[in-house]
Amino acid sequence: MMNLLKNLLAWVDERFPLTSTWKAHASEYYAPKNFNFWYFFGGLALLVLVIQIVSGIFLTMNYKPDALFAFASVEYIMRDVQLGWILRNIHSTGASMFFIVIYLHMFRGLMYGSYRKPRELLWIIGMIIYLALMGEAFMGYLLPWGQMSFWGAQVIVNLFSSVPFVGHDLAILIRGDFVVSDITLNRFFALHVVAIPLILVLIIVAHLVALHEVGSNNPDGIEIKKNKGPDGHPVDGIPFFPYMVVKDAVAAVAFLIVFVSVVFFAPDMGGYFLEYNNFVPANPMKTPEHIAPVWYFTPYYAILRAVPPLFGSQFPGVVAMGVATVIFFALPWLDRGPVKSIRYRGPIYKAFLAAFVVSFVGLGYLGLMPATELYTWISRVLAVVYFAFFFLMPWYTKIDKCKPEPDRLTSK
Amino acid sequence: MTENVDQSKRRMLLAATAAAGGVAAAGAGAPFVMSLMPSESAKAAGAPVEVDIGAIEPGTMISIEWQGKPVWIVRRTPEMLDLLAKHDGDLADPTSSIPQQPEYCNNATRSIKPEVLVVLGVCTHLGCSPTFRPEVSPADLGANWAGGWFCPCHGSRFDLAARVFKGVPAPTNLIIPPHQYLSETRLLIGDDDKSKLKGGQPADKGATA
Repeated sequence: MMNLLKNLLAWVDERFPLTSTWKAHASEYYAPKNFNFWYFFGGLALLVLVIQIVSGIFLTMNYKPDALFAFASVEYIMRDVQLGWILRNIHSTGASMFFIVIYLHMFRGLMYGSYRKPRELLWIIGMIIYLALMGEAFMGYLLPWGQMSFWGAQVIVNLFSSVPFVGHDLAILIRGDFVVSDITLNRFFALHVVAIPLILVLIIVAHLVALHEVGSNNPDGIEIKKNKGPDGHPVDGIPFFPYMVVKDAVAAVAFLIVFVSVVFFAPDMGGYFLEYNNFVPANPMKTPEHIAPVWYFTPYYAILRAVPPLFGSQFPGVVAMGVATVIFFALPWLDRGPVKSIRYRGPIYKAFLAAFVVSFVGLGYLGLMPATELYTWISRVLAVVYFAFFFLMPWYTKIDKCKPEPDRLTSK
Repeated sequence: MTENVDQSKRRMLLAATAAAGGVAAAGAGAPFVMSLMPSESAKAAGAPVEVDIGAIEPGTMISIEWQGKPVWIVRRTPEMLDLLAKHDGDLADPTSSIPQQPEYCNNATRSIKPEVLVVLGVCTHLGCSPTFRPEVSPADLGANWAGGWFCPCHGSRFDLAARVFKGVPAPTNLIIPPHQYLSETRLLIGDDDKSKLKGGQPADKGATA
């Protein structure tokens, strides 16, 4: 029996790089041995992707992308399809979980300088994944065709109409109609279910290929490849399989406990994962009293609202929001610090990073709140802090008093 | 290091982990598999159907929908019933030995009341719905035709007790669905469990609404 399998494997290896691929990406991919808590979130993001794709496929079997039937078909899934409510709650919880995991994954990159040379492209591909994910979440949110679906899409699409000269036509092109309608629902369905998932899977593969080319960063921010043993492998690295896989499996179990707790006990998460107004069918004649995007978009939404109209146009706010999202792309070139990891950075970077986290979370909170005058002013202060983190980075990272990096990974 | 490994403990832990993982995987798979089964509304559509047969003229047929399939109800005339017994030699299964009907319909007329035939209008060959041809000896079906059904898809022939003729593609007689009389003229199709009846009404009547 074993011999037969061995022969079969040899037969395949002559025709397909099975064993060599397994070695290159798993059993002989050497990961730094000092990975900590923050290194769980890449694997967890992959896990959520699989959960979303599988639950999404099963939801598609009962969902109807038609303005007349969409809302009722979601209710049908919740009430009539056997255990359909679990599938729907898995998918809606998965959307929020995806962003929690991705934000923590990105924060890890900020802390340990994972975007720095030679990982600039890895970071850029990751940012493209993040943008694709935002598009995926936005379009998916229209599909239940509730009040928040409709008015959320209405507001976001109208952002594009503030673009000078072409904005009006651009918004019509996106909607395929003069208002968000059945036509919009149909195309968002196609993009959400077919186009963006395909793109996501492709760029996630590219993200992993790029990662395995340059190697993983680590909490010390030093290159383990610079110190190789006689066997040609980094002395401070351990094979991804089985060691990291086992570690990640424990994290996955812990994560799934949280995940299913939300699915079964708090699927709407107090209105943050599923907004109450979205349990009301879309009504183009009546806007709900208070509309806010889902929590993962609110930091940017708060920045949008914080910028006052200039020259009679909303456009500056839209630009600020856009810049706030894409500024992450420039990070590898904004950072001039001599070290990568926060462990060896000076107090200035730590203060700026802390202020950035406060501004991001604060803006996220304010984006959920109604826009009072006080809140708008706080949003403006936090938006300035948000941008200062990026635009002042070339200077404060240079003058910061950094500690020397160690030669080998530390065990802390 | 390796010689201190407690192999039996390790095997036990591996087996326990695999078992726990298997249970978790089965649980996680449940909603996915269950969602593929008929939904509550599909099941409601498959519920028993009540039908009033008082208005069916002798020699004619009505067709009603049960579980999305046609069910025929024919009120046969005495002449039709007489002709039933005269072509046993041409039939593939004249005595209904193959259980295509409930026990209480395993008789010469394949029905509870001789004149009323209730039959699932789906050909046992490939699922077409045959055409009702009650007339005797029409030109296209030949001199021996004593009334019955003719399947337009592949030419299967059935008599007025829905028994299949020899030499046609359909292998068996048409199916008689479970049914019962709620009163002289009210039929319940799809349920013959008398215990479910409460005062002459089906217990799950709400599902049929």
